[in-house]
Amino acid sequence: MERTEILSQVTDIFRDVLDNEEIVLTENTTANDVEEWDSLSHIQLIVAIEKHFKIKFTSPEILSWKNVGELLETIAKKSA
Amino acid sequence: MQEINGKTIICNYPEIDDSAFGQYGNKTENSAIFQFRKLNFLLDEFAAQNPNVFICDLSSLQNKFGRDFCFDSSVYTSTEMVLSVDILPFAAQRIVDIAAALKGKFKKCLIMDLDNTLWGGVIGDDGIENIQLGHGLGIGKAFSELQLWIKQLKERGIILAVCSKNNEETAKDPFEKHPEMVLKLSDIAVFVANWNTKVENIMNIRQILNIGYDSMVFIDDNPFERNIVRENLPEVTVPELPEDPADYLEFLYNENLFETASFSSGDKDRTKQYQVEAQRVSERKKFDDENGFLKSLNMVSSVDGFTKFLTPRIAQLTQRSNQFNLRTIRYTEEDISRLEADTNGHKCFSFTLEDRFGDNGMICVIVLDKKTPETLFIDTWLMSCRVLKRGMENFTLNTIVRYACQNGYKEIIGEYIPTLKNAMVKEHYPSLGFKPIKGVDNQWVLKVEDYQEKQVFIKEK
Repeated sequence: MERTEILSQVTDIFRDVLDNEEIVLTENTTANDVEEWDSLSHIQLIVAIEKHFKIKFTSPEILSWKNVGELLETIAKKSA
Repeated sequence: MQEINGKTIICNYPEIDDSAFGQYGNKTENSAIFQFRKLNFLLDEFAAQNPNVFICDLSSLQNKFGRDFCFDSSVYTSTEMVLSVDILPFAAQRIVDIAAALKGKFKKCLIMDLDNTLWGGVIGDDGIENIQLGHGLGIGKAFSELQLWIKQLKERGIILAVCSKNNEETAKDPFEKHPEMVLKLSDIAVFVANWNTKVENIMNIRQILNIGYDSMVFIDDNPFERNIVRENLPEVTVPELPEDPADYLEFLYNENLFETASFSSGDKDRTKQYQVEAQRVSERKKFDDENGFLKSLNMVSSVDGFTKFLTPRIAQLTQRSNQFNLRTIRYTEEDISRLEADTNGHKCFSFTLEDRFGDNGMICVIVLDKKTPETLFIDTWLMSCRVLKRGMENFTLNTIVRYACQNGYKEIIGEYIPTLKNAMVKEHYPSLGFKPIKGVDNQWVLKVEDYQEKQVFIKEK
C-alpha cells in the first residue's frame, strides 16, 4: 500500500475516533499537535488502527513512535 | 468502607489462571486462581452484608466473552489498563445498569407471547398434545428451560403477563393441562388472550398493573409484532429475540434486562397482590357509591416506625415508587436505619394495608423532618399505586397530624418535586387542605390547629 494511502486511511480513523473532522495529519504530526489526542484516546486509536489494517502491534512498537510518520512506517511494514 | 455514606460500586476480579500450579491450583490456597475466586466470593459476601455496596460483575462478563476478548496484553503493558478497549462498552453498560437501578429505573414486568415463544408450535392449530414442550417433542427443551428462567424471575418479584393472539380458553389450556408446563396460571398476574392488537392489549395490561411502559419487557418470536409494539409503545423494551428458540435463553441472559438494586422476601408475593387487585376491581363495580364499597373492604392498617424487620422493604419502596411519590428521594437500607435512629431530627412512619381480599403488605412510607420545634417538613410521602382510591391518603394524614399535635408542632409543610412520572400527585397537598406558601413554588402548609380529622374506612390494627 502507498504511504499516502495509509496516511489518508489513518487520518480517517483519527477523525472518526477523536470525533473531529478538521484533523489533518502529516508525517511529522505528534500528539502535542492534536488537542483530542491524549493517553486514553491513544489506546482507542491504536486498537482502531489494528482492527482496520488487521494487524497487531507489539508493546515495544507502541512505545517507540515519536510521530505519525513512524506509526505509518510500522503499519507499512506489518501490512506488507 | 463503613464510613462512606454514599453508594459504592465495586468491580470484582476477572479471574486469571496463571497455571503456575496447573489445575492443582483449584486444590490449594497458594494459587492465584484459588485466591481470585475466594476474593470474588468474599466480595459478594461483603456486599450481602453492606446494603450500600454493589458489585459490578466483571468476572461473569469475562466468562461470557472470554479472557482473550476482555484483556489486551500489549495495551495492559503500555498503559496498565486491565480491560481491553473492546470490553469497555460492556463493562460500562453493567455499571450504568446498577446506577440506573439505584435511581429507580428498572424492569418490573415481563409480558410474554405464547405460540413459539413459551412453547413450540401454535396451540390453536397443533393442539395441546402436539405443541413442543419438555423433553419429548422436537425442541421442547428450549421452551421448558426458558419457562424455568421466567419462573425464577417471577419468584424474584417480576410480574408476569401474557399477551397472545388466541382464544382465551385455547390459550389457557396448556397452562392447566400440559404436564410439562413450568408456568401455571397462578404465576401470571394478567392473562390477556384475544384478537385485538398487541399494542391495545399491552395498553390494557399497563392499566391493570398501573406501572410505567418503561418498566415493561415484551418478548415475542414474531418480528412483525415486535416492531409494531416498538413503533407504538417506544418505551417498552422489546428484545430482538434470535431466530432459533434454542438461542433465546443465552441471548436474554446477556441482555441483563432485570437488574435490581434490592431484593426482599416479600417480592415473590407480588403476583398474588396484582391478581387480588384484579378481583377488587371487579368487586368495585357492584357498588353504586364509593363509601359503601370502601366499608365493604374491611380495611385495617398497622402503623409502625422503620423497624429493622421492615428496613429492606422500606428502602425498596423508596427506590421503586415513581408515581405516588412527592419528592422521589431514594434511600438505601443504611439510610433508612439512620433516619429511624435519628429521633431528634426525624420521625418515620410505615403503613400496611389489609382487606378482606388480601394483604397488600407495606404500602406507604412517611419521613418527617423536624425543621424547628414548631415545623414539621414532609421529607418523604410515597404510596404504592396498588392502594389508590381507598382513603389511605386521609388515614396517613390523620396519623401525621395526630403526631404533630401530640408533640407540639404548629404547622406541617409539604413539598412536591415534579419528575417525569409523578404528575398524579401534583395537587396532592392542596387537595388535602394544605394552603399555598406565598413566594414558594410547590410548597404548601397545613396549620395543625385548623385540621379536621378526615373520614376514613380504615381501622388501625
